[in-house]
Amino acid sequence: MIADHLPVLVVVLPLVGAFVTLLAGWADRRLCFPIAMATTVIQFCISLLILSQVMQTGPLHYNLGNWLPPWGIEYVIDQLNGFVLVVILFLCVLTCLYSHRSTPSEIDEKKIPAFYTVLLLLVTGVCGIAVTGDLFNLYVFLEISSLAAYALVALGREKRSLVSSFTYLVMGSVSACFILLGIGHLYIVTGTLNMADLARVLPPLYGSTVIQTAFIFFIIGLSIKTALFPLHLWLPDAYRYSPSAVTVLLSTVVSKIGVYALIRILFTVFTPAFIIFEIPVMEVFCWMAAAAIIGGSVLAISQTDLKRMLAYSSVSQMGYILLGIGIADSLAVTGGILHILNHAVMKGCLFMIAGSFIYSSGIRSIEDLRGIARTMPLTAAAFVIAAASMIGIPPTVGFMSKWFIALGALESGQWIFVLVILASSLLTAVYFWKVIEYMYFREPGTVCAGTVSTARDPPAGMLVPTLVLAAACILFGIFVSIPLEVIEPFVTGILGGT
Amino acid sequence: MDQPSLVPVLAICIPAVAAALILIFRNHPTIREGWTILASFATLACVLSMLPLVFSGTEPYAALFPILPGLSISFRADAFALIFALTSSSLWVMNSFYSIGYLQAHHGKNLARYFFCFSVAISAALGVAFSADLLTMFICYEILTLSTYPLVVHSETEEARMAGRKYLAYLLTAGIFFLLAVLITYYLTGGTAFAPGGILTGHGSALLMTILFITFLIGFAKAAWIPLHAWLPSAMVAPTPVSALLHAVAVVKAGVFGIARIVFYVFGIDMVSALGLGLLLASIASFTIIVASMMALSQDNLKKRLAYSTISQLSYILLGVALLTPSGIIAALIHIPFHAFMKITLFFAAGAIIVMTGIENISEMKGIGRRMPITMLMFAIGAIGVCGLPPVCGIITKWYLALGAIEAGQLVFLAVILSSSILNVLYFFPIISTAFFEKPDVDTGVHEAPLFMLIPLTITGICSVLLFLFPDWPFLTLVTIAESVITGSVLP
Repeated sequence: MIADHLPVLVVVLPLVGAFVTLLAGWADRRLCFPIAMATTVIQFCISLLILSQVMQTGPLHYNLGNWLPPWGIEYVIDQLNGFVLVVILFLCVLTCLYSHRSTPSEIDEKKIPAFYTVLLLLVTGVCGIAVTGDLFNLYVFLEISSLAAYALVALGREKRSLVSSFTYLVMGSVSACFILLGIGHLYIVTGTLNMADLARVLPPLYGSTVIQTAFIFFIIGLSIKTALFPLHLWLPDAYRYSPSAVTVLLSTVVSKIGVYALIRILFTVFTPAFIIFEIPVMEVFCWMAAAAIIGGSVLAISQTDLKRMLAYSSVSQMGYILLGIGIADSLAVTGGILHILNHAVMKGCLFMIAGSFIYSSGIRSIEDLRGIARTMPLTAAAFVIAAASMIGIPPTVGFMSKWFIALGALESGQWIFVLVILASSLLTAVYFWKVIEYMYFREPGTVCAGTVSTARDPPAGMLVPTLVLAAACILFGIFVSIPLEVIEPFVTGILGGT
Repeated sequence: MDQPSLVPVLAICIPAVAAALILIFRNHPTIREGWTILASFATLACVLSMLPLVFSGTEPYAALFPILPGLSISFRADAFALIFALTSSSLWVMNSFYSIGYLQAHHGKNLARYFFCFSVAISAALGVAFSADLLTMFICYEILTLSTYPLVVHSETEEARMAGRKYLAYLLTAGIFFLLAVLITYYLTGGTAFAPGGILTGHGSALLMTILFITFLIGFAKAAWIPLHAWLPSAMVAPTPVSALLHAVAVVKAGVFGIARIVFYVFGIDMVSALGLGLLLASIASFTIIVASMMALSQDNLKKRLAYSTISQLSYILLGVALLTPSGIIAALIHIPFHAFMKITLFFAAGAIIVMTGIENISEMKGIGRRMPITMLMFAIGAIGVCGLPPVCGIITKWYLALGAIEAGQLVFLAVILSSSILNVLYFFPIISTAFFEKPDVDTGVHEAPLFMLIPLTITGICSVLLFLFPDWPFLTLVTIAESVITGSVLP
């Protein structure tokens, strides 16, 4: 009985959880964390159940309020969103755990209930995007998650938090406008909003200018959301001035759901036939992704603030995912989707570490991290593992996605992108190695010698999620066949056999 | 004949486990270093235990995690692999004792990190040796690069950090080329497993194969062929046992071993000779041999001179590989252990001098042979060996190498070998004569190094002589088996 309603439960649960948190927060602030934590853990279990059902019986369809599609809203879960749902909820659980210790030092105490409430609303939004099979519903959830994200960024104590939240809001709204216009155009021509229905109705209309305009609107809108270079300008500040846990959420959950929406629209609403053969958008996409990979890395090299450096690194890494998708070869798309998991794991770990440095020593600048490996050995070790993964040293996860994307580029004869991927490894090595050298092989600077020598590894509540993610960087690299089992059926489904 | 066996994996795991134990006992020096010693003996025993099987023609083989069709992590202990593995594991025993002695006297900080990284590096080197496919080799090769970086910058001075950056810049960039080559190979053949006679035959044009070959060569910058050698002399800033690790035990040997693997087991002798790639490699090697020897002449710093000597000696191995004849192959493979034993003796001696006197420059070593007679005697043995004179094992290499050049009908390489021998004599004998026959400026009262250092260097020195007297056990036997496997596909 309940098993039939899992797709809607995963969305309703955090929504209810958000209200309960708010009410409980009036009574006692300490109740907020357990409620939020319990909600996300239950959701994570649900998402695992959903994924196992999908793997056994194929895509799940759920008609909201028993209205039949295409009139009612339909939730559809196939291997792709089953996978994405598990990934983002895994990160949500760990971030929630992490936030329990990190957040109180970063935001006003009386805002704690608001923090967890908004956090659960964000989770509602992203889960909604993940499960829905209705284009307008997707837009609604995108707005819910975005509004929650703006609020979370603004929770930071610094004045700049407000400014960066506002920039994020403006850019996000522009992006939402584009997406909404895209949806409107499609609706005018086809009269339907259901994704599967659209995919059925659209092919004869591929020549239509309206459809092509709609498509371009989607691409622009989602490119801003995913901070595709050079539309990334909102991202570094938003990441830099947010509370640590929020940065982790933005870089893993929010950015990944944007990529998911993009894949969904590219491959399910439109089809490879359209995006590859009708208008050569994928080629443009590849070049933009390549620019993102190189541009993001170059900008990251010049940063002095650790969180900003990681933010630019995100710009570069999102380029990997989009390049994999843009090459549109089955191996490359596999690599791109695999990188959704991989980048979430690595970048989540790195931002948690950046947060741990701030928590334990208040240090934000890379220069001041000199010699900190001696006093925060576990945090520093986790950084080395995650950084090796970002560079793509085997046997970490980063290597595996690089391998698949490069192999796909090779298979489709696009040598230039193979070189881009490999060259960017070196650029990544340059900026991560600088940090490692500072942490391990230098004496603390005179100014912050005191703070460095008194810093300690953060409490277990922050350390455990960090180490779990660091371990995942290696485990998913060695046992890469586990995520591949989920991804491959989807890729085969949309692009034909490998 | 393959025989499923986890012994090669065990040999790789022992140092890795030791590394973890070292980390756990990082604040207990005795226990920590006990683990290193214990692990080094256990690893050696493990490698030795595979010898009888391999002598009888069986190859222990283990395939772990399959990643994709045709792509898995797999290890095979064939005779070829054992040459390198046995060299590394036996010298690790010596190096462990020496390290303890050396670091107690010198650079005595961050020792847990030192021994941890050392164990990981040995594990990775054994991984390179035993890897049965390109992907596994690449993984181990990269781990070897990363794990040796902290050793190079061990002293944490600005000079060491610069050397470390150079080290990473060269080797990580090379790693990218290696990865590219692995990707192309996998793309062309759908697999990466090594096979005698090569796997690339019939996959792709001559031009593509030539590009692929050059990409592989660049990928193995650890072989330190000129102009990809600059990282090695700068890395001399590291503590001497680390130099020994780089030059004898693991790192550069992994480079030349890799190139030999690629030539014989990925391209195959037939293809390499048909495309004239042997000649290309031989030219690079000859150039490196001569130029590096000349550069060695101009160095006054003893360790730097030894570094250039290594660069030139490594290219002996490459030259042997490039000749593509049975004697050439034997020369190349036998020089991996022989050079290792001789060069580690030289480095151990140089390290002993640094610890006892602080002298690094040859011009200041007047009369040091009278103060430290055993050390300098062993140094002389190593030097004689590298020059290729009896009664040290180096002459065996030279003999086969010259034979190989004649077999290949390439007398120009014979000239290269002979002229480099003269250069070797020119840069080594002044050191010996300075040490033994010149009078010291002042009597400093220096004496021999502590036993922890003296005994290992004596053992490796004596081994260099023993290997000349009894080359068959075990190295020449292994080399002969490997050579027959490699050429077996050509000459049935």
